[in-house]
Amino acid sequence: MKPAPLIVGAGPAGIRAAATLVRAGLRPVVVDEAPAPGGQIYRQPLVPDGRSPEARYGSEAGKAQRLHAEFAGLLNRIDYRPETLVWNLGQGAADLMHAEKTTRLAYDGLLLAAGATDRILPFPGWTTSGVFTLGGAQIALKAQGVSIGERVVFAGSGPLLYLVAWQYLTAGVRVAGVLECAPFSAKFNLVQGFFHEPRTVLLGLRYAAALRMAGVPMRFGASDLAVAGETRVTGIGWQEGRRKYHLACDAIGFALGLKPETQLADLAGCAFAFSPRDCAHLPTRDGAGRSSVAGTYIAGDGAGIMGADAAERAGERAALALIEDRALPFDAARAILLEKQLATMSRFRDAMAKAFPFPEDWSIADETLICRCEEIAAGEARAAIRQFGSTEINRLKAVSRLGMGRCQGRVCGAGIAEILAEESGQSLAAVGRLRGQAPVKPVPLTLLDTLPEAAE
Amino acid sequence: MSLFKRLIRMDQPPIGFFLDGKAVEGRAGDTVLTAILTNADAVRASDVSKNPRAGFCQMGACQDCWVTLENGERLRACTTLLTAGLRVVTGRAA
Ligand code: FES
Repeated sequence: MKPAPLIVGAGPAGIRAAATLVRAGLRPVVVDEAPAPGGQIYRQPLVPDGRSPEARYGSEAGKAQRLHAEFAGLLNRIDYRPETLVWNLGQGAADLMHAEKTTRLAYDGLLLAAGATDRILPFPGWTTSGVFTLGGAQIALKAQGVSIGERVVFAGSGPLLYLVAWQYLTAGVRVAGVLECAPFSAKFNLVQGFFHEPRTVLLGLRYAAALRMAGVPMRFGASDLAVAGETRVTGIGWQEGRRKYHLACDAIGFALGLKPETQLADLAGCAFAFSPRDCAHLPTRDGAGRSSVAGTYIAGDGAGIMGADAAERAGERAALALIEDRALPFDAARAILLEKQLATMSRFRDAMAKAFPFPEDWSIADETLICRCEEIAAGEARAAIRQFGSTEINRLKAVSRLGMGRCQGRVCGAGIAEILAEESGQSLAAVGRLRGQAPVKPVPLTLLDTLPEAAE
Repeated sequence: MSLFKRLIRMDQPPIGFFLDGKAVEGRAGDTVLTAILTNADAVRASDVSKNPRAGFCQMGACQDCWVTLENGERLRACTTLLTAGLRVVTGRAA
């Protein structure tokens, strides 16, 4: 008998993919790192905390409840493995770690729905206690019911900036300011976005309006962020043009949009190409979600940032492709409809990428740490680039310790690429991407010793 | 001084654990990160400069929040559920 298909991730894409495979009579294995399904956006608390779905998920409460219920209905028809990490894969098998034990699972068909993490570029003091990613600040509030501080500044760019600030405000936390790194003029692209997805744009405008009504300072074109405080955050400084500003605060949420989690696609051998819209190297795929490797499909934000609604559709579409490729009956009309919807959403995402552009000239001072794991400063990175004449990011990794720390380049990757591009006079596309390596997240060394041999 | 402020789950049963030998409390449903940061303003000292760190991503991605226990074991605070009697060493005790 053929092994079951493997779905990695139980967020919107993974859940819809699982439901679709089940409908076709398959029984997928669904592996997810979290203890409960939903992904980051529809993440559930560890224990019931008395809050209603509306209080937790706001405007998206209906979708969260629908997906949670849909997944609950699948439980006895799938092989669900929560709190499980896929730390290595290739050649039709995945190494899974659960409860400090590792097992190997053979699969036939791999659907990666690994999601995204916050995209970070370093600035002075970004490793100070009290600076968190926007996603982290949101998880603290949504899943744990805590705020990251009592007087919080949110900085960076992306729709999440306003959403998280608004969620904190609504929860009764003092929001000391919202510092958007993109210029105000970029926001005119929202008009274009409105044309494709009026609801999303209106929600965003509502958040911004509520923040303004509450008297929260909202600034645009903020550059040269710098954290004040020795042992913990006491404030944040920034510049607008040549003018310098400062706000007192005790915590900061920061991110510049999102970055797809692509390490597993890399281990699976998928071809990558540079995506100008996401400013990142992403696995290539066709409109259905087929990667360059037969039997490997990619869906959701892990394939390119499109948001949760698109992730649901991409998950379903990729599952239909898997079903079709297995020569099972599949709903071709549905597949066409999904691709059409995804195409519209992609045009919306084009507008959003322009409304929240990735900063073009993020200057990183020599003293600023670029790698928070191994504490390597930008100046050391520049010295290594000059000394070894590095032009490619993996070569640079080999001669320095950059991107080798515990985070495997998840946090520092964008910053290293930025510095290497600048130092070597190349584009971000030309410096390449940090290749994924097993284990994709830390695994106890004792486990690696007991393995028969790593999947190659 | 604590970094995090608890907004809800105030009346969940308390769970006792130890921070640098001192008895403190978290709440049922806390991650180890939440439990520590509602009592202190860092979870560990960084590897090289020994500067205070408090985690970053809170979603198991950045690996900034690995803490050490008195018995030498290590755990990732933001993805581990708090259990009673945990003895965490932040290495930050004065
Ligand atoms: S805070 Fe990033 S892994 Fe825990």
